[in-house]
Amino acid sequence: MIKQILKISLMNLRNLPSRFGISSVVVVGIGGVVGVLVAILAMASGFESALSSGASSDRVIVLRDGATDEMASSIGPEEIALIEILPGVAAHSPELYTVVDVPKMDTGTYANLIARGVGAGAFEVRPEIEIVEGRNFVPGRTEIIAGVKAASEFRGLAVGSEVSLRDSTWQVVGHFEAAGSAYESEIWLDFPAALNAFRRFSATSLRIRLDSPADFDVLSEAIEAESRLQVQVISEPSFMEGQSVVLRQIIRSFGYAVAVIMAIGALFAALNTMYTAVSTRTIEIATLRAIGFSSVPIVISVMIEAVILALMGGALGALFSYIVFNGFTVATLNPEAFSQVAFDFNVSTEIIYLGMTWAVVIGFFGGLLPALSAAFIPITAALRGE
Amino acid sequence: MAFIELINVVKNYTKGSEVVHVLQDLNLSLNAGDFLALMGPSGSGKSTLLNLIGGIDKPTAGRVVVGGAELGGMSSSQLAKWRSESIGFVFQFYNLLPFLTAQRNIELPLLLTNLRGAQRKENAMTALRTVSLDDRAKHKPGQLSGGQQQRVAIARAIVADPQILVCDEPTGDLDRQSAQEILELLEILNDRFKKTIIMVTHDPLAAEHAKKVLHLDKGVLVESTEEAVSA
Repeated sequence: MIKQILKISLMNLRNLPSRFGISSVVVVGIGGVVGVLVAILAMASGFESALSSGASSDRVIVLRDGATDEMASSIGPEEIALIEILPGVAAHSPELYTVVDVPKMDTGTYANLIARGVGAGAFEVRPEIEIVEGRNFVPGRTEIIAGVKAASEFRGLAVGSEVSLRDSTWQVVGHFEAAGSAYESEIWLDFPAALNAFRRFSATSLRIRLDSPADFDVLSEAIEAESRLQVQVISEPSFMEGQSVVLRQIIRSFGYAVAVIMAIGALFAALNTMYTAVSTRTIEIATLRAIGFSSVPIVISVMIEAVILALMGGALGALFSYIVFNGFTVATLNPEAFSQVAFDFNVSTEIIYLGMTWAVVIGFFGGLLPALSAAFIPITAALRGE
Repeated sequence: MAFIELINVVKNYTKGSEVVHVLQDLNLSLNAGDFLALMGPSGSGKSTLLNLIGGIDKPTAGRVVVGGAELGGMSSSQLAKWRSESIGFVFQFYNLLPFLTAQRNIELPLLLTNLRGAQRKENAMTALRTVSLDDRAKHKPGQLSGGQQQRVAIARAIVADPQILVCDEPTGDLDRQSAQEILELLEILNDRFKKTIIMVTHDPLAAEHAKKVLHLDKGVLVESTEEAVSA
């Protein structure tokens, strides 16, 4: 039995080039499904990665009690003064989170961009931030630095150019990277200058780097014990995850919905194609059965051929998506933050593995019915081409 | 007991709600080494009878015994194994695999044996020499004439050295000259190699090459040139 399977399968596979036309339809069809699936999941993965990368367990964000994001929070200078001296605080940065309208690079239409006023300790809180072009802003001046993704997605953010924010003109003096995190989609400016420019009197959050992750509980208890503080402490990973949950669900749901619809289409296309491919070989298969080959090896060999074609399609689709989309930068609106977040498509090995799994499943079920049909139709009927 | 024996064989097909009676209470005995031509109008049951003897169809009732083997009692896989050892098929339209060379086509039945590749190739070449086509070993079916393709099909049918050849209109798709060559080849296989041959044909000239001729009409054997039958 195994010998028959091997011999028929080898014979079929050796002769795939002679069935190039019909085989390529299967390969391209399944490749299309896998390509789209991989691209969509790479988008979701890239978005998640942008919002969660850089999150560190030794960093916390302090928000007003009841606030779920920085936009809805307010922390006054007195509260900041009380918190910065609490145990466990290694560095801190009061921050003003606000949104400004800046024209997008590709369309010229205005879109929301996060402008973050940061305190002097911002770089100590986030040591991964690195100025990659120009220099840092000088405190007290109307200078900004732009994240590299913001600079590529929005107009007027080149180093040396000027940008108008809320009735004042700011000079772009540098670009920074933040290990691929969402900060790269922001512009940063001096906290006191930001308060002045945006006519605000309090920070929206306080960012803190702890002496160690274990100090989270120490700080939380200290804040709890201080009756003058009406704030909450959230670890940075938890906060980042909460900031992306809606869009992440949208992208994932959309991605899977599209992929499932395409997969169903591809399954029927694969079924149709495999039926056509097998039906053109009905007499050939019947002849093999008449000669003495058994049905089961014929079914398995047709299945092997279908799965191999599907794997070829999957590999083609995944490769196409990898070449075209991996590292491709796009921006989208994060509904939680009311701002644009730029991120890179991330075609990871896990996503390619998932895509290949889909290809195998489509190939398996696409080939199963035609294979069963070809192998169990009465030989006499098959020899007549029925 | 005869080499091939059909005892009270009935074969019916269901077509929608209608039952088509193809063979009716048919009895037939053939000895080893016979060369039988089955004739009759279309739909008379010739090919069905051939398929029953070849083990690719089963009777509705009755017994088919070939070389002592009761075909009705075999499972599909047992029948497949039996066919690979006992039967060589020759089809009207040759049924060669278009993407394989003549030699590879002939090797197909040998894939079911334990022979190694070199031995398979040698046996295939021997079969090709038997049908005088050893110079066409590397040609694919599309590069051969109809008569040459049928010779390759005959080589494939005999390569595993079966006792019986079942030939369904082997000259039906050939010109007179090629048909004559194929029939002479079948005669040689019968005379020299002692193959038992059952051949379905519409052509009286083809039937003249057989040792026995049976006529079927509406599933009943009606006439024969020898005393081989009783229906």
